[in-house]
Amino acid sequence: MSEYLTSSDFMILMIKIIVIFGGVMGALVYLTWIERKVMARVQMRPGPTRVGPFGLLQPIADGLKFLFKEDVVPANANRFLYIAAPVVSLIPALLSFSVIPFGPWLQVTDLSVGLLFIFAITSLGVYGIVLGGWASNSKYPLMGAMRSSAQMISYELSLTLSVVGVLMIANTLSLNQLVMSQQRTWLGFIPRWNIFLQPVAFLIYVVSAVAETNRLPFDLAESEQELVAGWHTEYSSLKFAMFMLAEYANMVTVSALATIMFFGGWSGPLVGPHWLKAALPTFWFVSKIFLFIFFYVLLRSTIPRFRYDQLMNFGWKVLLPLSLANILATSFVVAIS
Amino acid sequence: MNLATINIAAILPTLVLSVVGIVVMVAEPFVGEQKKSNLGWLAFAGTLAAMLSLVPMANNRGQWYSNLWIVDDYDVFLDFIFLLIAAITILTSMDFLRREELNHPEFYSLLLFATAGMLMMAASNELVMVFLGLEILSIATYVMAGFRRADLKSNESALKYFLLGSFSSAFFLYGIALIFGATGSTNLLAIADALRSSKIQISLVSLSAALILIALCFKVAVAPFHVWTPDVYEGAPTPVTGFMSVGPKAAGFAVLFRVFLTAFPSIEDRWGSAIWMVAALTMILGNVIAVVQPNIKRMLAYSSIAHAGYVAVAFAATSDRGVSAALFYLLAYSLMNLGAFAMVTIISRKEDKLVNVTDYAGLGSKRPGLAAVLSLFMLSLAGVPGTAGFAGKFFIFRAALESRLVWLAIIGVVTTVISFYYYLSVIVQMYMREPHDEFSDVRLCGSLKFALVISAAGTLYLGLLPTRVLDWTTTAALR
Amino acid sequence: MLELILFYTFGAIAVISGILVITRHNVVHSAAFLGATLFAVAGIFLTLHAEFVAGVQVIVYVGGILVLFVFVIMLIAVERSVHERQYNKQWTIALITSAILIVEIAYGLYRGRDSLVLPAVVPPAAAAAGGNSEQVGTALYTSYLLPFEIASILLLVAIVGAVVLSKKRTPAEE
Repeated sequence: MSEYLTSSDFMILMIKIIVIFGGVMGALVYLTWIERKVMARVQMRPGPTRVGPFGLLQPIADGLKFLFKEDVVPANANRFLYIAAPVVSLIPALLSFSVIPFGPWLQVTDLSVGLLFIFAITSLGVYGIVLGGWASNSKYPLMGAMRSSAQMISYELSLTLSVVGVLMIANTLSLNQLVMSQQRTWLGFIPRWNIFLQPVAFLIYVVSAVAETNRLPFDLAESEQELVAGWHTEYSSLKFAMFMLAEYANMVTVSALATIMFFGGWSGPLVGPHWLKAALPTFWFVSKIFLFIFFYVLLRSTIPRFRYDQLMNFGWKVLLPLSLANILATSFVVAIS
Repeated sequence: MNLATINIAAILPTLVLSVVGIVVMVAEPFVGEQKKSNLGWLAFAGTLAAMLSLVPMANNRGQWYSNLWIVDDYDVFLDFIFLLIAAITILTSMDFLRREELNHPEFYSLLLFATAGMLMMAASNELVMVFLGLEILSIATYVMAGFRRADLKSNESALKYFLLGSFSSAFFLYGIALIFGATGSTNLLAIADALRSSKIQISLVSLSAALILIALCFKVAVAPFHVWTPDVYEGAPTPVTGFMSVGPKAAGFAVLFRVFLTAFPSIEDRWGSAIWMVAALTMILGNVIAVVQPNIKRMLAYSSIAHAGYVAVAFAATSDRGVSAALFYLLAYSLMNLGAFAMVTIISRKEDKLVNVTDYAGLGSKRPGLAAVLSLFMLSLAGVPGTAGFAGKFFIFRAALESRLVWLAIIGVVTTVISFYYYLSVIVQMYMREPHDEFSDVRLCGSLKFALVISAAGTLYLGLLPTRVLDWTTTAALR
Repeated sequence: MLELILFYTFGAIAVISGILVITRHNVVHSAAFLGATLFAVAGIFLTLHAEFVAGVQVIVYVGGILVLFVFVIMLIAVERSVHERQYNKQWTIALITSAILIVEIAYGLYRGRDSLVLPAVVPPAAAAAGGNSEQVGTALYTSYLLPFEIASILLLVAIVGAVVLSKKRTPAEE
């Protein structure tokens, strides 16, 4: 045990963890800036401009503001669960980064059941919302929490099922091998990405992923116009910041998964000198994720919110049958070929 | 990668039942409100088709699906009993459901699935498979017991059965886990081999055998695991009570015989005495408490406990003769008890409320035909010569005496005499009490008549000419 | 050695949380402890190198079934359950019989501890070669094909039963 702690393997692992989590945390903070800036442009506003050039220091100012705000716990709240909820939200959201391959070597650990691990971990995120909403002992949070639990259960099914088609083609649950299975090309220039093989699965995945992260047009759990701020109405200060962070982390996770499963992960053209070849995969991966995030923000700023019954009907009567049909069709094709 | 050899014929009856169950459910929205009873006939046709498919199944004897599924004469005979039970129950419930305005065809689906579960239990050669069949049967029965959703008693019945049933399932699972730990297998033959060959600590094996025994004793409702029976039987809709008193009981005994005589014969000295005590206690408790029941459903509940005691006597004999007597008795008991419950369904009338023994007063003078048929079932349950009940008890006590279980046979005979009191008191009510009811609203429609004819004819046939069926059970008991 | 420690830790968490599930008055706390129990069981699967089963355990039980429990709990008045009597008068008898049962089982297990032939834990290397998920899949589609299919009937029965009991009552039933 102690030998391992001093070995170079351990040191490399530690460096990987620091690089990945440091990078991810920084990126998460700046996602708020991206979101505000893009949304502002869509709505013909300049967005944050005052703090730093292009408002680039705005996230830091926000962070400081969160830090100095008064930390309120409602009088009749269930104190323990109220405080635990943001933690329960954030930890699973961050844990999933431990298996995501940011590059051929930039991955904390390659589990043989990495995909399953991510689904297991992200399925816990709902507890933060539900417990937070319940523990606040206030009506809007409770309604938000209930909506959210029903919604996440419903869309988790199609989310998980949409992936099965990809798994049948790739034959593995390991995220790194999923990327490896998409390395080849057709005709020498079309990348052999799963999106071309599983377009239906991709559509289902994207829609359910948006619903799973409680983002517009599926943000029924917080819908400002009806429920003030949904499950985190009563939260303030750093606890609120943790909820925000968890939401952005979940966005990054589902985007990263989409990239890995449908867009070849870190694969991309490798050119230039040795050091560039080593860094490019990570660059491709992050760029692809960024495109997804951009898409997310565009969605938020353009599409109105679903009504609750529409949301449920869509999940159970359209997405679920569609994903089952996709599995059936894929299994036929796989069985024949 | 080899896929398992698929033999459709070996599972054909189960398959037929499951498919018809699904068809009934899917067909429901397309059938008009008035024609929903036709789905009952569809389900009935399904049981007949399953009975016919016993023939190709019987031609595929042996072990299938990686030795998980076994087809032998024992299995075929029990499947026949199960399908007969399902058919008669469907006939009894069609009119009942219409009368109580509970005409949801899901009832038939659940019944067919429950029957499929019983077939699986009889054909399983593996404990996990037994568990799956047992759970399919149990879950379907829990729901059927609570089918009168607006009735508190029905709810109570379903809830009690569900809670205690889940509890007993836990015992069963723990037993499976321990025997898997001890022998490394859940296959009955593999367990038997392991117990014969290696030096496995006997306490571990008898512990798991005890846990499995407890769970199955609960399912077949023998003392001291019978306490749930009267409440559950009383609250459930009467045709369902009829089904519960024979179906799960027969299936439970099917598994008991198969598991203990196949997997645990080498430790018989451990469980033999337990069965002896269970049998004696069940016969005494069931028959004595039945005497004081004013409610006929509760009376028949205790009577069903007592009859389980007689089958347990056959089990305690642990001989081929015992198994064959038990099989015969299960068939005879199923016919006469289903007949009796069909009569209770008729007399209880709207709301299923007239279920006291005194409600039968004067039935003999007002509706002599019905009274005669009910008398036949009561006499047969009591074990009067010339009826199926007598033949069944005779074979069981003979098997007990051959296995030197003299005391059990004596207790059996004495308790049978006690049972005459409460069975005959129904007949006394019908023929020797003044009617305080015209029985003018007693309706008897075709399906119920059919059910009564089948069970009455079967009861008489088994009573008067038992040899052919006995020959069949004798071959079925040979392993 | 490490695996043994992990096994006992997870086992202890599972058992203690399991007891707390049924003894807490507040149902929300019960649900939280149930979550802990299910997690600990997933941990036990991990110590046996059954990664696939562990993952499925968390997804299905913690991420699915327990969420539905919590959903229902939020609809009921938790305050009432806190003040309600939790056991009926038979609790002493029940406690004594359960204690006897536990002693019996413990004795049986203790006497038979040497003959518990648990199948050897698949070492990680072999699991990586064959693949844990692949092994589960192969077993389900070859030797356990029939029970696998039968389990679907079991689920169907449970679905039908739940729908039958909860669907809207007809006017005649009111």
